[in-house]
Amino acid sequence: MTEDRPSALSRLNGPQDLGRGPVFWTAFGVVSAALLAFPLVGSPFYLSNLAAFFLYVPMGLGLCLVWGYGGILSFGQAAFFGIGGYLYGVIAQNLAPMPAASLLGLLGAVAGSVLVAALFGYFVFYGQVSAWIIPLLTLVLSLILETFMGQTAGYQWRVGHVLLGGYNGMTGIPSITVGPLEFGGASVALYLLAVAMLLLAYVGLRLFVNSHLGYVVVGIRDDAERTRMLGYDVARTQVVIFALAAGLASLSGVLYVSWGNYVNPSSMGLYAATLPVIWTAVGGRSSLLAVLVSTIALKWLADTLAVRGGEYAFLIMGALLLGTMLFFPLGIVVSLARSWRRRRSVPAGRPEAGRGAGDRRSP
Amino acid sequence: MSLPYLVSLLYQYADNVAFLLLAALGLMIILGVVDVINLAHGELIMLGAYTTTLAYHRAHLPLPLCMLLSVVGVGAFGMLLERTVIRRFYRDRLGALVATWGISLILSQGTLLLLGPSLIAVPLPDWTVSYGGYSFGAYRLLLFGAAVGVVLLAWWVFYRTRLGVRTRATMQNAEMARAVGVDTRRIYLYTFGAGSALAGLTGALYAPTTTIVPLMGTTFVDVAFITVVVGGGANPILGALTSSALLALISTPLSTALGTFAGRIGLLVAALAIIRFLPRGLSGYFHDLQRRRMAAART
Repeated sequence: MTEDRPSALSRLNGPQDLGRGPVFWTAFGVVSAALLAFPLVGSPFYLSNLAAFFLYVPMGLGLCLVWGYGGILSFGQAAFFGIGGYLYGVIAQNLAPMPAASLLGLLGAVAGSVLVAALFGYFVFYGQVSAWIIPLLTLVLSLILETFMGQTAGYQWRVGHVLLGGYNGMTGIPSITVGPLEFGGASVALYLLAVAMLLLAYVGLRLFVNSHLGYVVVGIRDDAERTRMLGYDVARTQVVIFALAAGLASLSGVLYVSWGNYVNPSSMGLYAATLPVIWTAVGGRSSLLAVLVSTIALKWLADTLAVRGGEYAFLIMGALLLGTMLFFPLGIVVSLARSWRRRRSVPAGRPEAGRGAGDRRSP
Repeated sequence: MSLPYLVSLLYQYADNVAFLLLAALGLMIILGVVDVINLAHGELIMLGAYTTTLAYHRAHLPLPLCMLLSVVGVGAFGMLLERTVIRRFYRDRLGALVATWGISLILSQGTLLLLGPSLIAVPLPDWTVSYGGYSFGAYRLLLFGAAVGVVLLAWWVFYRTRLGVRTRATMQNAEMARAVGVDTRRIYLYTFGAGSALAGLTGALYAPTTTIVPLMGTTFVDVAFITVVVGGGANPILGALTSSALLALISTPLSTALGTFAGRIGLLVAALAIIRFLPRGLSGYFHDLQRRRMAAART
């Protein structure tokens, strides 16, 4: 078997996502440049709002990886987001006067979440459980963590000198600080950091899903038994992507805390656990790009709903999820992209007959 | 250890078993037969509790009649759900799980908007039984009795009726069952209805004991999910029975000594440890054991 190693560039353009070719990458470059240049014209208010949408993208893309590409439905992203936020809060606040406190907090938070996810994944994936067990247990994990953090009110619940704070949450957490740069709520620095993390997560995951290991992940989704017979370690691969997704979720958690200087148990609760699943389902779980778009769009929608008519938020999100599953099982963004591509390619005289990779249309 | 103390421990154990069994049995029957996880199960329990409470306070019906209304109403609602939504996902079972999650959000928030943040609960019948200085709530004993009754009823339907034979045939091999003339779509519809009716019953039975709020379903489902995972879908009745008996054995001492929360953590850890070695749950393990014994008997 000869192994030809594709260059990083051709890997990036690989078949495991929507959007290929020079036109797409030009558009991608223009949008990225526009996002990075936006602080030149945008007001701090807009920057702060946009940063609050962008920082959720790593968490959404993580779920896209495990669910869309790996076939593992997880409600655990919110739990890892919360673990990341709380760990960062505890570490950064305890080491506060130290210059490296927040960086150590970031490292500790991501490492902690990855460790918890790997431990959880070890039990679940090495047992080769049925597909429905993982969503149930991750949902229970989120609910239990929320209940646990909710009852930590009072002085006896503290780590070092930091109070966990019960349902009111942990407050006064310092933003990420590197030298003179402080990545606080309304700062240009945090906005740029959020954009950088968004681009890094997208490009990195796109490289990952088009790599050898990425193909193994997709192979496991399509037929785990076959992939095992071909000699791949299915359980280990699943643990790796589950932990990777958890790391991305905790990164989002740390960015959120750096943005708001605060974290509370409802960031791991029922509604929070649902949101990444809704982003991924509505966008289209077979495409990282679609989930990136839908995460930002739906986070914006949720915030708009929270401002006016917060009581309808659950209802609208639930209806959106149900409607997508019934009428657009591939996801709304992916369906739109397909119909657009079809319309463009039909006049050119080559109707698209084949079904794309990762396409599992339910009849 | 005195005898009354042991009796009080046994009482708490029975109470926990009943809770797990009633919360999980409907979910497990649907999983076993239809192979779908209904994430809206908690909200169906909530609807059962709301139906009973509203019928009691607004229509002034006697409590047993209110509960019957819950069972029938939620069962019918479940059949409606199967017809309109679940049926479309029989080729994508994980999709059904996500879709029912959407339904659960709509139900809990819709209830909040329609009926407000809480209802006044049905008064708990204040019958007590005292023994050796301890006093026991008789309603709790009644709940345990109801749980046992429901299991017996399910067992009777599964193993002693024609419908049960068809249901077990569908579970074993749906295509073969269809080939010999079983209408499996109808079996799925009835099973979903029965599982939902059990959720309605659970809600009705626990309505006098808890606060009636739109999110009350979650207090049932987190333990119900663990019970289902540990029990497995291979044999819902045996699975629910053994799983709730085992899990209550773990959670009773933990929650008595360290509080409800420790009990729940203990359940999650136990579930993770059990599926590491018995990935198909207790009932899957028994199923394999039985098969092996039958294979050995044949040779």
